[in-house]
Amino acid sequence: MFLSVSLYIALAIFGLSLIYKIFNWFRYKIGIGATEISTSTRFISALKGILSTIFSAKILILLKIFVLDVLFQLRILREDLLRWIMHIFIYGGFMLLLLMHALDKYITVALFDKYYSTINPFMFLRDLFGALVIFGVAIAIYRRFILKVPRLMTNAMDLYTIVLVAVIMLSGIFLEGTKIASYSDYKRMVDEYSGLSDAQELRALESYWVKEFGVVSPHIKAPFDEKLIEQGRQLHESSCAECHSKPQWAFTGYGVAKTIRRIALGIDRAHLPSVLWYIHVLACMVGLAYLPFSKMFHTFASALSLLANAVMEKGKSDPANVATRQAMELDACTHCGTCSLRCSVGVAFDEIRNINILPSEKIASIRALASNKRLSPEQLRDIQEGVYLCTNCYRCTVVCPVGVNLQDLWFNVRETLLQRGYPELLVLSPLSFYRGLMREETVLRDYQKPLIRAREAIAAECELMRTKEKALPLTPRDRKFQDGLNLSAQAKTFSVCFGCQTCTTVCPVVANYDHPQEALGLLPHQIMHACGLGIRDLAFGSNMLWDCLTCYQCQEQCPQGVCVTDVFYELKNLAVRYVRERTLSSMERT
Amino acid sequence: MKFALFLGCTIPARLNQYESSSRAVLEKLGVGLIDIREFNCCGYPLRNIDFKVFILSSARNLALAEKKNLNMMTLCKCCYGSLKKADYLMKENPSLQKEVNAILEKEGLKHEGRIEIKHLLAVLYKEVGLASIKEKIERPFKGLKIATHYGCHALRPSQVVGFDNPVSPSLFDQLVELTGAESIDWPMKLDCCGAPLLGVNDELSMDLTVKKLLDGKKSGADYLCAACPYCHIQFDTVQKMILSQRGMDHPLPSILYPQLLGLSMGIDKNLLGLNMNEISLKGIEELLSQ
Repeated sequence: MFLSVSLYIALAIFGLSLIYKIFNWFRYKIGIGATEISTSTRFISALKGILSTIFSAKILILLKIFVLDVLFQLRILREDLLRWIMHIFIYGGFMLLLLMHALDKYITVALFDKYYSTINPFMFLRDLFGALVIFGVAIAIYRRFILKVPRLMTNAMDLYTIVLVAVIMLSGIFLEGTKIASYSDYKRMVDEYSGLSDAQELRALESYWVKEFGVVSPHIKAPFDEKLIEQGRQLHESSCAECHSKPQWAFTGYGVAKTIRRIALGIDRAHLPSVLWYIHVLACMVGLAYLPFSKMFHTFASALSLLANAVMEKGKSDPANVATRQAMELDACTHCGTCSLRCSVGVAFDEIRNINILPSEKIASIRALASNKRLSPEQLRDIQEGVYLCTNCYRCTVVCPVGVNLQDLWFNVRETLLQRGYPELLVLSPLSFYRGLMREETVLRDYQKPLIRAREAIAAECELMRTKEKALPLTPRDRKFQDGLNLSAQAKTFSVCFGCQTCTTVCPVVANYDHPQEALGLLPHQIMHACGLGIRDLAFGSNMLWDCLTCYQCQEQCPQGVCVTDVFYELKNLAVRYVRERTLSSMERT
Repeated sequence: MKFALFLGCTIPARLNQYESSSRAVLEKLGVGLIDIREFNCCGYPLRNIDFKVFILSSARNLALAEKKNLNMMTLCKCCYGSLKKADYLMKENPSLQKEVNAILEKEGLKHEGRIEIKHLLAVLYKEVGLASIKEKIERPFKGLKIATHYGCHALRPSQVVGFDNPVSPSLFDQLVELTGAESIDWPMKLDCCGAPLLGVNDELSMDLTVKKLLDGKKSGADYLCAACPYCHIQFDTVQKMILSQRGMDHPLPSILYPQLLGLSMGIDKNLLGLNMNEISLKGIEELLSQ
């Protein structure tokens, strides 16, 4: 009764949540390309896409991916053997337990007409599968908390998952162990199945089970009478053995029974086995009901992600389906941390403490964005910085065990954020090279907007640059700024500049303009001079700084040994930091 | 002769033919390549943003190679310049090195500056040697005019990189001439390709590229030759964008040096990824002698 009621409740919650989650796949809009496609269009496109794929040669690819990557998870194996063992043990053990043990009434009974949970091979297999899961969970705990895989973050969901699986497994094993030792369970079985009533025979059988099978009896203890045991053995053979294998085969439970034998009577009297049964069943039901909102949902979404990404092609697939897939991929992520481990710029996190730099952590932020959660300007700025601080090297996508096209996800999200108009100074770095290359290939709503916004944000902080007169009012030397140019020894060399203008003469950027000062503001030698005078606005505010190729011609040719390019680098560093803090207030106004 | 191959970010993602052709050529020349999976970005794109992140990124790579006692070989000149710069700065400034090592220590890494960083071209020129390469040339080119593009970050700042004479380098020209091609003189040989500003200021970036392309053409080049993914993509993918945006015809295609060398060594053109270049190289094979 309890079992079926809790099962139906759990199934109902599970079903409704599943529908809600899948509905979100069609509703969430990620990236510019997704904004103008309605949910219904996406739903119809998905149906069309799935049907046309299934009835085409691509079905073979799907089959192959299903076997290799979904069932055998070769993508994890390619990445790390220990992780593969961990996952295949947890997933394999759990799935087999689900099919053979939890759903035994529906599956195992249908397949084997001689099925009893107490006979071999079922009894042994149940414990074997359970042991596999426990072993896998132990590796998971070892990796996270002892080995400390670099940049592997543990969030609340990871803990919930590990704890839930551990509770299900441990309660199951302890349930089995306490039942093996339980005298009342032994009595129940004797009453129900043995058909014995003779006191002598009952005593013989009990002695045999106490001696051989770990039952703890209030009446019978060692030493045992040899003859009685022999009689008990015969009774066991004739009355019990057909439907009950030796409990030793249930090795994990038997181990528990042996360990707790001294307190087994108390445990039995306190009805602990039935308490454990409730815990076991409830934990399973909670897991089932909450599954669509937990990390465990990846069991569905990851398989779909692997399959979808195997047959979808960049530039060829229906944009509606790409939008749906990207929303689904947010659920496919297992937060395994492989992407962050392999991320080309993951090392930046050691210096810039923005969690969104790490790909595995970006996903949670993007989930929040996609579900239209209210985010503070700081959070938005951090997400924007996180998705832009990326060399687009595709490593995250290549290594993702569930085949999520992470690279395209970052690219899409960052375009949406950039179009909101919050200034992002990272766009003024070579990180933009990829965006430049993609200009014609993707839907970039307003390509120039982020670039203009970044330059405007800098200009807004450099008031003196707006003065049209040739002579500036007397400006005190900004010592803090000058002292800030100290990241490397080279930066200090601005002070030996004697204004010969060689740097400006050899600069290919300056040479590109008929009226360089109109386009570039201060020219290289003037910027060196601005540093000398300690006038921050002039040093930060010139387009010259951001239009520098870093070709090092100026530095190479300087007769005074001024490291012009390196001074530029440091000025840019300082300007980014200075302006970044000040743009937050403008974001708050937006 | 063994090197830790440092591919960086751009080559595996956008220029596979540079990797495959380099591997093919180096294999024929007996240069062993070790892949270190833990390598990360060299830090170059982050130099504008954060000096410490740049140094830390480079230092981690150097420390990884150092741990395996391997010298590093880069294919990218921007990676080369950045790694060299970080190595130089840390050797010059022990307190910076200490600060970086304090972070690297968490992963059991340490930068001591024991290893050398070399670019592919320098490995070919200085380690393998012109004579050994010459022995492997099976089908030298005839009547092929190449404009060599040196790449800024290999040449400058010369005090740090020490790649070749920064004012009149000849290393690349000698390597090109080994293949039987003629390395032409052209005024803008040592100028920037424009790539660092692509995505930041496209007009300016493309202006500079166009200047170089026109100069190369005017000087009689049939092809440009590059040995850096940024330069090559600028002369290949971006040139294609320029041709359509600015209504220009008659491109000056770019070939990667290991592709050029590979052809003259008789390596299969598919292995060299010849047809992966955006601007077609067709016709170049006809200039190979039989």
